[in-house]
Amino acid sequence: MNSGDYFDLLRCAAPEAIVTLTVLVVLGADLSILRGKSLAARFQVGGALSVLGCLSAAAFAFTRHESFDLLNGMIVVDPLTDFVKVAILLLTVFTILISTAGKFTDHVGEYLSLILLGTIGLLFLVSAGDLLMIFVSLELASLTLYILTAFNKRNARSSEAALKYFLFGGMSAAFLLFGFSLLYGVSGSTNLIEIARHLPGKGLDPLLLVALVMTIIGFGFKVAAVPFHLWAPDAYEGAPTPSSAFIAAGSKVASFFILAKILSVGFAGIEGSAVWHGYVAGWTPVVAVVAALSMVLGNLTAIVQSSVKRLLAYSAIAHAGYMLLGVLSNTADSRSALMFYVITYGLTVVGAFGVVTVVEAATGGDALQNFAGLSRRSPALSLCLLVFLLSLAGIPPLAGFIGKFFLFSATVAADERNLGLLWLVILAIAMSAVSFYYYLRVLKQAYVEDAPADAPAIQIPALTLFALVLLAALVVLLGCAPTLLTQFLLPR
Amino acid sequence: MLAWTIYTSFIGVVVLMLLPRDAARAARWVALFTAIAGCALAFAGAILQARQTNLGDVTPIAQAAWIPALGATYYLAADGISLVLVVLTGLAAVAGILFSWNIEKRTKEFFAFYLVLIGGVYGVFLSFDVLLLFVFYELTIIPKYFLIARWGSTRKEYGAMKLALYSFVGSHLVLIGLVATWVVARAQTGHATLNLQLLSQINFPAGFQHWVFPLVFVGFAILAGLWPFHTWAPTGHVAAPTAGSMLLAGVVMKLGAYGCLRVAMVLFPEGAREWQGVIAALAVIGIIYGAGVALVQRDFKFVIGYSSVSHMGFVLLGLATLNAIGLCGAVLQMFSHGIIAGLLFAVVGRMVYDRTHTRDLHDLERLNLGKVLPFAGVTFVIAGVASMGLPGFSGFVAEFQILIGAWKVFPITAVLTGLGIILGVAYTLRAVQMAFYSDTPPPAPHSPEAHSLPPITLPERAGAVLLIAASLVVGLFPTLLMNWIEPCLKSPLFARLLNGGPQ
Repeated sequence: MNSGDYFDLLRCAAPEAIVTLTVLVVLGADLSILRGKSLAARFQVGGALSVLGCLSAAAFAFTRHESFDLLNGMIVVDPLTDFVKVAILLLTVFTILISTAGKFTDHVGEYLSLILLGTIGLLFLVSAGDLLMIFVSLELASLTLYILTAFNKRNARSSEAALKYFLFGGMSAAFLLFGFSLLYGVSGSTNLIEIARHLPGKGLDPLLLVALVMTIIGFGFKVAAVPFHLWAPDAYEGAPTPSSAFIAAGSKVASFFILAKILSVGFAGIEGSAVWHGYVAGWTPVVAVVAALSMVLGNLTAIVQSSVKRLLAYSAIAHAGYMLLGVLSNTADSRSALMFYVITYGLTVVGAFGVVTVVEAATGGDALQNFAGLSRRSPALSLCLLVFLLSLAGIPPLAGFIGKFFLFSATVAADERNLGLLWLVILAIAMSAVSFYYYLRVLKQAYVEDAPADAPAIQIPALTLFALVLLAALVVLLGCAPTLLTQFLLPR
Repeated sequence: MLAWTIYTSFIGVVVLMLLPRDAARAARWVALFTAIAGCALAFAGAILQARQTNLGDVTPIAQAAWIPALGATYYLAADGISLVLVVLTGLAAVAGILFSWNIEKRTKEFFAFYLVLIGGVYGVFLSFDVLLLFVFYELTIIPKYFLIARWGSTRKEYGAMKLALYSFVGSHLVLIGLVATWVVARAQTGHATLNLQLLSQINFPAGFQHWVFPLVFVGFAILAGLWPFHTWAPTGHVAAPTAGSMLLAGVVMKLGAYGCLRVAMVLFPEGAREWQGVIAALAVIGIIYGAGVALVQRDFKFVIGYSSVSHMGFVLLGLATLNAIGLCGAVLQMFSHGIIAGLLFAVVGRMVYDRTHTRDLHDLERLNLGKVLPFAGVTFVIAGVASMGLPGFSGFVAEFQILIGAWKVFPITAVLTGLGIILGVAYTLRAVQMAFYSDTPPPAPHSPEAHSLPPITLPERAGAVLLIAASLVVGLFPTLLMNWIEPCLKSPLFARLLNGGPQ
């Protein structure tokens, strides 16, 4: 189907269209019937509307089992992209649920609609099979993320973080665009599949090499991989916490999905090889270097952080490193392992930021000491934190462990005769042993230290508690029964 | 029935979590009841299986699909060796709770973590799927950390973190080996599996075994206190609360040894033969070093902590012999040390330290504890002689078999180990003498110190009697357990390890 009449377009982009309608409804409601109501009420009603919109979009995407390729790769829909969209929409739902207790802004309608707009960008990104569409949807998502970072107008650090994020982001967008234009120049097409068809025979000519490096720089920035990670700690720390969750969760899922697609489809034929003693120039060695740097630097720097949000930022860098292993192994297994890992990571990290939001609201900060005695002040909250952080550390039977096992076994299996990629996996496992230390430092505050003498019990808004418990349950469930998720991600 | 040992423990955790915040009494009884139920299930299940099946066979207990893509199944099973250790876990769990009856601070959470640990330990001993075994193995790390960091003493946070990091590093070495093994096995056979029995039939290439065996073995052996990776053990034991030390020494160190035997040696027999000498050497160093250091400690608990390193050296030496009698001795020693170390830590931590608030042997000398706490003194003497390896107690049979096994392969290690045994007698007698029966003039009869010590409570007596009885029964009738262990060593699982290579 390549005609492109408007009805087809609507059918293809229905989930995105539903979310767009939701944006309008939320904005309208906030400006009309919710005017003059209390902040909490506006957040609750607006949040409920947004959640409803996202859930119906997700339900639509989940129940349609069709494949489209519209306008020569502008919008590609198949069951896998639909499932990834469902995951992104659910992550958005959880992000909205943990924001409803927020007191960082009066502009509820704008805040919620920006999150939804960002989600639309991510949804289109997942469906994109064409360089132009990739760039446009990536920019739609990025622009909303910059604004979301700056959304706490009462806090100078929020603005500083957003400016830093924006400047770095603008630069990386320029790199990406430059890379894409060179790619177009080399291949004569913007469609990923056709690019790949025109590349063979050219080998690694210098122009193509520049295009490749520029593309990896652009995406390295998006996923916060070393050495393009400098914005991440400041943005995570300065942004309102739910915004950080959105940056860390939903946007990662889409970025990794499309990065794997560009590299494996668009740059097919110039993979090269990153195996030990078997180096061949191409994109896998470049990604391998970025992955190794991210794992090492992210984990080692996280050890010395005293702010939990910064700690989560550096751990996000480290996790980006693990995820890049799934990209560079470049097999069907490794890509489904990657998606499993990113989705469960997204669930976990939204939960972790949700806990931080509550603690911040109750104690006024996100330093390690603010978590002291959490297990006495709120047993449910600290149990959730325990589940999230242990999952990030990769302790079984939580989802993070199974994700790591899938990812690492798929990476090693990519070269099963010589175990050539084992060196990366050994590095990753060694670094994940390091990560255990800093997650345990947070948990030590929560479970071992005593709360300040006069600290009252922490009140958690019902909606947030519901979201956190649901997330924790999901993390445990996906760890014990990963097939619930893998059945949708299997290569087809 | 055996599978319910795991489930019961976790049900106990859930019940504890549902109790009101400060219900300390209820929490104790729930925990004790859970542990006794687990122990009873373990015994009943073990005896039933011993009656009905050949213990050499691996008898499935529970089997369900888990992760088909990896070939991982939820596969619980048991053979004689598992049964021995499951029974040990049941006994140690009950005794540990009896000796923590006096925990007043956040009682509910203490027992919740305790039961998670117990559930994980049962799980490891019953798993015959490597991934499942690994899951339970890592599950035990977290409760260990919190038990020590929250309820411990003497540099508890340092000890807890050290223990957690050592365990985690060890298990990650295992994880690397596991991932590589899975890939190699899949490449070789064409289908993915993590079933221990199926994996044990695969002939892994010698070059692969050469590096993967030490990785997995050391990964597990860190937790078994292999020298020079043992340093977590003394600090961890000393920092832990009494029940924590009892479980650490009693069952957690056995997890490591069990992993070495069950995973590393069974899967990579050629690697085991290749590295046999190195392991034996390290084990002997551990035996002598642990005993030597124990001899000069001032802190009573450090004496026991280092003695654990020494005794676990015997287990590792038994494993390194790679002959049936040595392995049988190693498993028996796991059981025996689990019981005796638990008892020793109970005396030091609960009976003495919780009353006197000092563990310095020079201070204890002046307290004349042998008169003030006669029950503690007698218990420690019994535990001490059992630990030295006096005939009639479980330790003797175990160490004797290990020595015979070692004599057959490395006579020199048997001789050196004899030196370790003599040192063992020395440090035990020194501790007994200094702590309980010293010649220093007792304090004036009416000094407050001597009379303010509360008497030994009923739970403590019950726990001590339970452990002493267990050690005596095994010491007097070693065939009870040997009949469980020996058929396993003749089973196909161990065939390649014991018969495959040059004897």
